[in-house]
Amino acid sequence: MSTHVLSLLVEDKPGLLTRVAGLFARRGFNIESLAVGHSEIEGLSRITVVVDVDALPLEQVTKQLNKLVNVIKIVELDPAQSVQREHMLIKVKVDNVTRSQVLEAVTLFRARVVDVATDALVIEVTGDAGKTNAFLRVLEPYGIKEIAQSGRLAIGRGSKSITERVFKS
Amino acid sequence: MPTESQNVPMPPTPKTGAGAAANPLTGPETMTGSGAILRSLELLGIKDVFGLPGGAIIPFYDELMSSTAIRHILVRHEQGAGHAAEGYASSSNKVGVAIATSGPGATNLVTAIADAYMDSVPLLAITGQVFSTLMGTDAFQEADIVGITMPITKHSFLVKRAEDIPATIAAAHLIASTGRPGPVLVDITKDAQQGEMVFTWPPKIDLPGYRPITKAHGKQIQAAAQLLAEAKKPVLYVGGGVIRAQASAELKVLAEASGAPVVTTLMARGAFPDSHPQHLGMPGMHGTVPAVLSLQQADLIISLGARFDDRVTGKVSLFAPLAKIVHVDVDPAEISKIRNADVPIVGDAKDVIADLTAALAEVTGGTAPDIADWWTNLNDLRERYPLGYSKPSDGLLAPQYVIQRIGELTGPEGIYAAGVGQHQMWSAQFIKYERPNAWLNSGGAGTMGYSVPAAMGAKVAEPDRVVWAIDGDGCFQMTNQELATCVINNIPIKVAIINNSSLGMVRQWQTMFYDGRHSFTDLNTGHETAMVPDFVKLADAYGALGIRVRTEEEVDAAIKLALETNDRPVVIDFIVSRDAMVWPMVPQGLSNSSVQYAKDHAPAWEEE
Repeated sequence: MSTHVLSLLVEDKPGLLTRVAGLFARRGFNIESLAVGHSEIEGLSRITVVVDVDALPLEQVTKQLNKLVNVIKIVELDPAQSVQREHMLIKVKVDNVTRSQVLEAVTLFRARVVDVATDALVIEVTGDAGKTNAFLRVLEPYGIKEIAQSGRLAIGRGSKSITERVFKS
Repeated sequence: MPTESQNVPMPPTPKTGAGAAANPLTGPETMTGSGAILRSLELLGIKDVFGLPGGAIIPFYDELMSSTAIRHILVRHEQGAGHAAEGYASSSNKVGVAIATSGPGATNLVTAIADAYMDSVPLLAITGQVFSTLMGTDAFQEADIVGITMPITKHSFLVKRAEDIPATIAAAHLIASTGRPGPVLVDITKDAQQGEMVFTWPPKIDLPGYRPITKAHGKQIQAAAQLLAEAKKPVLYVGGGVIRAQASAELKVLAEASGAPVVTTLMARGAFPDSHPQHLGMPGMHGTVPAVLSLQQADLIISLGARFDDRVTGKVSLFAPLAKIVHVDVDPAEISKIRNADVPIVGDAKDVIADLTAALAEVTGGTAPDIADWWTNLNDLRERYPLGYSKPSDGLLAPQYVIQRIGELTGPEGIYAAGVGQHQMWSAQFIKYERPNAWLNSGGAGTMGYSVPAAMGAKVAEPDRVVWAIDGDGCFQMTNQELATCVINNIPIKVAIINNSSLGMVRQWQTMFYDGRHSFTDLNTGHETAMVPDFVKLADAYGALGIRVRTEEEVDAAIKLALETNDRPVVIDFIVSRDAMVWPMVPQGLSNSSVQYAKDHAPAWEEE
């Protein structure tokens, strides 16, 4: 199995996410991560989906997704030709002794503290999966109380835009 | 927002509903949402609809009552409406329309919608929904039918505002009938039906993500033509897409130009005339030996609107091991889904076949490729393994004989709608089809109960044709209530019940693969049973003509009486042997090379 990152330009219609998720479930494709948000065009959303499949089923995935009437365009993003990021919020236990150690790790990983309590910090970190996982490993000994993680976001490098290509033709 | 808009197909002379004075093409007119549903259907050229009203669709039915352009046929169960719309569409290439209310009305349509999805039938399902203000509260007769039908529709819409109705109905009709056809559901809340709106036509259809490909890539056509010209053992593998694309005439030209043998799948029976010398019959689990083995031995398979269904391929890894594949389909997702295509061609079968014929002529210079050795081989298989059956040892009527006589006495202009099971396979085998749209069946979904309502729908679409429902005693009991609809609405279909007193196909598998343990397949409708129900009395109760046939001598007279009776439906209860089996057969999960001609009798053929 290998992972692929697909960027979907979709119409922002009720039930759209159900259609996409349902298609994955019914055809037996595995979603590793899913991120949904507005695109630069009103009424259109962008879904970034990481799928765990081999090459041939991937072709089936994209063909089947393309059949959904509300899906406008699908592009597979090559990791070498795109920027891929995950966003994570981590609540970690601290005390007077460990706080400075955790803050040091925050600096090293170029993460940010976004909330402070006497016995805990909330930290946000952005990066690829390798970075966020490494950061988690560093924080683990202090006691991770809670994690909230976004799906992977991805965008192609350079000046070209997927949307431009769709609407130029 | 930049979008593409598509034009709505316009009927040449738009009909308007009763009392509609203004020309809807020129000026806006204020009406209710319900009025807009009706007007939209009329302007799309819809002439017949099948349905059953209920609370959430009453406003639309109130409008429908006064329509002079649209005939509504009140069914007795919504599933009947769905299959009737399918039969209507499959026999006439028009869009079939089924209407139901919210909740159970809508869920009763589900089987027919799933069936239409599997067999690519253009079906427009319109359902009422509870008030938008009540949605999500578990209101009376509320069901999330858009959610329920998402995996079994080509697309679905929920309409909550009256002003959205014309564009939605037009979009639904467009999606259902173009590209690879399929079912589309439009769920309309009661407040949207009651609300006021300003109607204009044609509406702007906004479907930026819907762009069916119809014209194929020239380079791929060239490659396919080259392969066809060079092949020593080509086969044209014809599927239901050729019928949906209305490409039978083009197919005949291609077949004759190439000289290649043709096989027609269960969904494609009639796409190529059975009487044509190049036709080897049906491939697949119950296909003819020549058709099955031609694919196994082929060096080139040109798949036209077929989808390598497991019932055709047998064990996929062993299917047609020597063949290169040219796969033509209007749906890109079908290509290389099951079997990798060497030459993928996305396009409408009608255009692609014509282009392929032209390209072939260029490659060959007009002389058909020399495949005489191939034909010698295939003709030998044809001679040794013709379709046939043996007389049942219990002395009862052979079901194959009955079905064959129905076909012979009715002829190729008739329409034959089968249920699902043994009688379906025998109908595909022993009736000779000479034209497309003559054979209707539930191929992909395998829906028992399809036959009677589908025949009803076909008779509405094609009133001048003789329409047979060839049904099993099991299937018939699932949807026979539509006989009432047929009687009341003067839809004189003819029903042949192939009554073997069993769920026959399951019984056959039990006989063959489960040591003859006939677990719960006895229906007690036939010979030497309680005969519950008595189908002749049932027919009589419905006001249809009921006939019972037990012997070979009675068969022709009964069929002729049925053909002469056109003032009411006819039901013939053919009491047949329960031990008759469908042959040939490729046991499930095995290679097609293991085709059995009859029980324990495998054809001898040279495997290379």
